Amino acid sequence: MNETPLVAFAHLLTDANVRAVLLGSLLLGAGAGTIGTFALLRRQALLGDALAHATLPGVCLAFLATGSKHPLVLLTGASVTGWLGTRTVRAITQHTRIREDAALALVLSVFFGAGIVLLTRIQRTGAAAQAGLDKFLFGQAASLVQSDVWVLTGVTLALLAAVLVAFKEFQLLSFDEGFARALGWPVGVLEGLLATLITLTVTVGLQLVGVVLMAALLVTPGAAARFWTDRLPRMLLLAALFGAVSGVLGASVSLLAPRMPTGPWTVVAITTIFGISLLFAPRRGVVARAWRRRRLVARTTEENALASFWRFGEAEGDWRVPHPAGRLATTRGLSRLVAERTMRALRRQGWVEPEGDAWRLTPPGRTRAEQIVRLHRLWELYLAERLHLPADHVHEEAETMEHLLTPELAAQLEATLATPERDPHGRAIPAAEPGR
Amino acid sequence: MNEAGWIMLAGALAAGSCGIVGSFLLLRRLAMLGDAISHAVLPGIAMAFLLTSSRDPVPMLLGAGALGLVTAGLTDWLHRTGRVQQDAAIGVTFTWLFAIGVILISAFAGQVDLDQECVLYGEIAYVPLDHWLLADGRSMGPRAIWVMGGVFALNVVWVTVAWKELRLCAFDPELAASLGLPVVGMHVALMAATSLTTVAAFESVGAILVVAMLVGPAATAFLLTDRLARMVPLAVAVGAVASVLGYLLAHALDASIAGCMALAIGLLFALAALFSPRHGVVTRAWRQRRLVAESRGVMPPALQ
Repeated sequence: MNETPLVAFAHLLTDANVRAVLLGSLLLGAGAGTIGTFALLRRQALLGDALAHATLPGVCLAFLATGSKHPLVLLTGASVTGWLGTRTVRAITQHTRIREDAALALVLSVFFGAGIVLLTRIQRTGAAAQAGLDKFLFGQAASLVQSDVWVLTGVTLALLAAVLVAFKEFQLLSFDEGFARALGWPVGVLEGLLATLITLTVTVGLQLVGVVLMAALLVTPGAAARFWTDRLPRMLLLAALFGAVSGVLGASVSLLAPRMPTGPWTVVAITTIFGISLLFAPRRGVVARAWRRRRLVARTTEENALASFWRFGEAEGDWRVPHPAGRLATTRGLSRLVAERTMRALRRQGWVEPEGDAWRLTPPGRTRAEQIVRLHRLWELYLAERLHLPADHVHEEAETMEHLLTPELAAQLEATLATPERDPHGRAIPAAEPGR
Repeated sequence: MNEAGWIMLAGALAAGSCGIVGSFLLLRRLAMLGDAISHAVLPGIAMAFLLTSSRDPVPMLLGAGALGLVTAGLTDWLHRTGRVQQDAAIGVTFTWLFAIGVILISAFAGQVDLDQECVLYGEIAYVPLDHWLLADGRSMGPRAIWVMGGVFALNVVWVTVAWKELRLCAFDPELAASLGLPVVGMHVALMAATSLTTVAAFESVGAILVVAMLVGPAATAFLLTDRLARMVPLAVAVGAVASVLGYLLAHALDASIAGCMALAIGLLFALAALFSPRHGVVTRAWRQRRLVAESRGVMPPALQ
């Protein structure tokens, strides 16, 4: 056993059954990711969970009716009660005032309860044959054989074909069911088709990953893909890709370490992808959003500091006198630390220069600061003159707007106010072009 | 008391505890949280087992309770900070934790006697067999009765004490926040109560029955009344009736008691959905027909 895992893996790949397991996991991951995305967008992320539990009575009934444990027989039974479960959820939310989440939990537990009742009935009738019925529901991909992969391939292809054909319909159904209805589309039929596709995916997936974890294969790829894009086609592709990758990863782990179960490792893989997306996706990720928020706060503080330094100069009639960061801290109510940090950041950008322990605006810094104060005072004047706000109420509003006004808006403000000279407090408004 | 009595009492107490927190979960649209918590506690139980290498219920319950809070907290964080939609946040969190639990158990399966089934399917039929023994060997009666009785009493007390705040937070969190009520505190308290109730109940009656008990009686009561002050006690009553009914059904069918209790809960819900005086599907249809019939002759012909 001196093989590296990679070599061991390459050896495994020569086995047809191993290839079957890998292909099956890949297809299931891709199919579940795709169809699950629609469920996710329809706010039915947990439908797969309810449905997977609702297959248990079907499995038992199929066994009771036929006495056979052939996968196809059990799968058929599972699909029937699973599908009935989705219809029950739909009926409850449509005809009573119970909402989706409660309807799902009800169907999940009551159907599964019925399944357990049937299972114990089968047990008591003495047939030792029931062993394996519940195993059917816990899933183990290693037991996958060639014929199972054919079933999986068939289901996945059918599913992808249906999504391609009815893409426009499913898209509208996912985003605005009411609008689809208003257009006269057969919403009930479409919804039923979607539910049927989800049912098929769940029932074939059960053998691989089991009841509980089937839900993850449906929800998590779509939830991860959601962080990367706002466009449905891309989201579907990404979800399929994430699902496929984690399917293969999960299967590989259990092939290399046979004691390890496939489903849980697949779920850990897909959740890891989800976690990476959640944290590091460029626009919607937690880190990116926190960074943007920090940048915004920092920029606002920097602009405020520039405006303060300009006002110090205005008060003294001389902008060349340096002021300590402590004065900024007192004026703006900042901590000493933040004030010092802000000044250093402004220096890096070339707006201020140090002199001893104090700071002074550079010529470009003065121009920049003047523009900020100008926007502030223009906005104050606008509020006072046009919106008739009292002069002592306009400063706070202008504090916010001075960071948001664009040069175009400022020009319009100035035109509207007929090239004003003084703000409501009687102070001069700096000119658009510095050095008037 | 005989065996049947203990089982029905344990069921009723579990259903009562679940009905109280379930009512608030239902109103907050968090009904699936019970399902999530009852699965997500698996790694907690596995860890407790691996650390203490015993099946002593106390560390297991502590581990499970901790994981219950982690589930609720993580779900909440994903929803608020990660901006993941609520149901997806629940789905991602509990499947991940459950998967970790199964992996832990499989990794140590050779050394320990623990499997998913024994963890997840606490069996209510064993309630009368597991007695709480004092140090001198005297029996205080079934342990589950004490545990569930304690949880039930705790739920009754805290819900009564925090009633006004809970009610406002359930219906209008924004208003509650603007009135200065501790909305976040109430949410955390509800999550803690959900974890405690779920973990305690599934140890006594099994995971699936807990999900049914959390949502079924509350949903049934929700269809029967529009007042929260009636809904909560009604949910407790529905849960008790379902427990008795379920036991009798199990006795008649010679089948799983937990399964039959879940079935009974479904049955009561179906009855309420169809025949609730105000919100039932059949009653509403019937009322509409009567209205149409009455309007004949009263309304001008053009409107008929």
